[in-house]
Amino acid sequence: MKRRLLLQSGLPWLAAAWWGVPAWAGPTGSTIAARFGKLPPPERVRRVFAAGAPAGVLLAALAPEKLVGWPLQLSDAARGLLGAPLRDLPFVGRLAGRGSTVPMETLVQLQPDVILDSGTAGATYISAAQRVTEQTGLPCVLVHGRLADHPAQLREVGQLLGVAERGQHLAAYADTVLALAAQVRATVPPGERPRVYFGRSADGLETGLEGSINLEVLDFAGGRNVAAAAGKGSLTRVSMEQILGWDSEVIVTQDPAFARRALSDPLWQSLTAVRKRRVHCAPSMPFGWLDGPPGVNRLIGVHWLVQLLHPAHPAVRALEPLPVAVQRFYRLFYGADLSPKAVAALLEGAA
Amino acid sequence: MTACVKEARQASAALCPPAPAIWLPWAVAGVLLAAVVVAAFALGKFPMAPADLLRAVLARITGTESGLSPAQETVVWNIRLPRVAAGLLVGAGLAAAGAAYQGMFRNPLVSPDILGVSAGAGLGAVLGIYLGLPLAVVQALAFVGGLLAVGTVVGVAGLVRRHDPVLVLVLAGIAVGALLGAGISLIKILADPTTQLPSITFWLLGGLNAVTTADLAVTAPVMLVGLVPMALLRWRMNLLSLADEEAQALGISVVRLRLLLVAAATLSTAAAVSLTGIIGWIGLVVPHVARLLVGPNFARLLPASLLLGGGFLVATDTLARTVASIELPLGILTALVGAPFFLFLLARPGRGE
Repeated sequence: MKRRLLLQSGLPWLAAAWWGVPAWAGPTGSTIAARFGKLPPPERVRRVFAAGAPAGVLLAALAPEKLVGWPLQLSDAARGLLGAPLRDLPFVGRLAGRGSTVPMETLVQLQPDVILDSGTAGATYISAAQRVTEQTGLPCVLVHGRLADHPAQLREVGQLLGVAERGQHLAAYADTVLALAAQVRATVPPGERPRVYFGRSADGLETGLEGSINLEVLDFAGGRNVAAAAGKGSLTRVSMEQILGWDSEVIVTQDPAFARRALSDPLWQSLTAVRKRRVHCAPSMPFGWLDGPPGVNRLIGVHWLVQLLHPAHPAVRALEPLPVAVQRFYRLFYGADLSPKAVAALLEGAA
Repeated sequence: MTACVKEARQASAALCPPAPAIWLPWAVAGVLLAAVVVAAFALGKFPMAPADLLRAVLARITGTESGLSPAQETVVWNIRLPRVAAGLLVGAGLAAAGAAYQGMFRNPLVSPDILGVSAGAGLGAVLGIYLGLPLAVVQALAFVGGLLAVGTVVGVAGLVRRHDPVLVLVLAGIAVGALLGAGISLIKILADPTTQLPSITFWLLGGLNAVTTADLAVTAPVMLVGLVPMALLRWRMNLLSLADEEAQALGISVVRLRLLLVAAATLSTAAAVSLTGIIGWIGLVVPHVARLLVGPNFARLLPASLLLGGGFLVATDTLARTVASIELPLGILTALVGAPFFLFLLARPGRGE
């Protein structure tokens, strides 16, 4: 929710300095939004603290042996889909200004070499990180974390943490996925892309407006968000009447309760997507494919959704089958070897 | 028993002499309510011509085919009908509970959540969302949470014998409400900030957009069970505004009456909140508006609160789904619309109580 924090007047100079920063850094710019304190040289970075869930997933992929703990609570089911050091890491809490759950003293006791955060940071957030550095003496690095930032983010953070090679490797994967999506978008004009409703929460009446970070995957994968008709913004609630009026071709969600409801509730049956059984539930274990958190975990979501929305596209038809792609992603990013049975269980409801 | 009721009625009449029966204001209120309901049916995000709406209603009455698309039929009968019905029911229920509590506690600042019913329901629902449970279970948890909270308050208050029972009840309600509120905050801190937290926030602000016919079929009877005792006891209700000793001298078992009314008001509030989330302001202010219009006699205050509460919530909800391109949370709009109206009524010259 960092992006929703408004620039506050307390630090006008900082606000002025960051006001013009674009939403993502682009192919050439650095993804590093801010850094405070003195970082040790890369080869000496041994312990890293992830300030929030997106940074947690980033570090889990890049340097699992350096992550000191999870900033988010993981269920046993989620831990079962993670590789060796990650599976048993304790929950330590997150660092998010007033919303922090990790005590400052625990942080000092853990003595990480670096604190890392990923997201679209506003001035409030950046100044909070600065304060942590001033208070604890621990260096902080904030990186931009929108979907398009991920390749550069993986490379740069990899370099900072002394795992440059692994960073390159993962960034190459991210490049491939994003290039596939870009290729599909380049050949399918916006008017011909499938119209998709992204339902959130158990009743499905929560969705994201145009530009919402929670729906980035949908735009990238070449889908049209029907809720864009209601304007720009972030998460909101809409009415069933609006959903009927939009009558999307496809419904995607990450909430199995809503997917079941959409398929069984009489109210939803007059929708084209439901009649054609095009209600798809993205897996959310160990991390969401579409959202929750908005981190590198979404890369497999892009792959999945491109395949789902554009099955006949030549670039998509050349892809490996989804279960193979899933196995590859989980091995690469989470160090987990999934059995075909585990993959099938994961993909239940997603096809 | 009948003698007792008659006595109560006489005593109540002595307290608040009945005004000469004026039918005109009630007729006006009825017409206004009908207009609000018609407007609520006619307006919405799904484009629908008034003629189509009329056709749908006529076809339903005569049992013929309306010739409308399935989507249009769904909008009229499965979306707008339950929504308007829920608005009427919930608004009426909250306002009646508020009127009952204000009279019972002899305090104008009291709202239906004074005994912790909203906090309890909130904690139940938030817990359900946190655990990722289906919607029906979230609603059930909210309902049970509301009842448990008030049950705890009444139980604790029953153990204390040294102080004024009404005061003890209110203070216990505030303390339990604070405790439950802390529980809600704790879960908000623990919840996933990108997926669960928005749902929790939206739930706590209330809204009618998720109401379905099936929900109503479960909730409406419960709310009615709560409203019926209030309606039947509307005469005796006035006596609770006396000091306990005086009321007792008139042959009323104050403790039993109060307990019964608390149970009735809690039942309807808990059912309302479990259906729509927390909608503030209505239970606090609609009874005041009703009192400004018809006076403090509960026999007239109750029906006036029911009418006003239902009409106000339906009107606010119609605004909530039409003024912006998205759904506005009801809890915000009820205050935004209700507070200026209330201030206007309050400042109106020439109708001092």
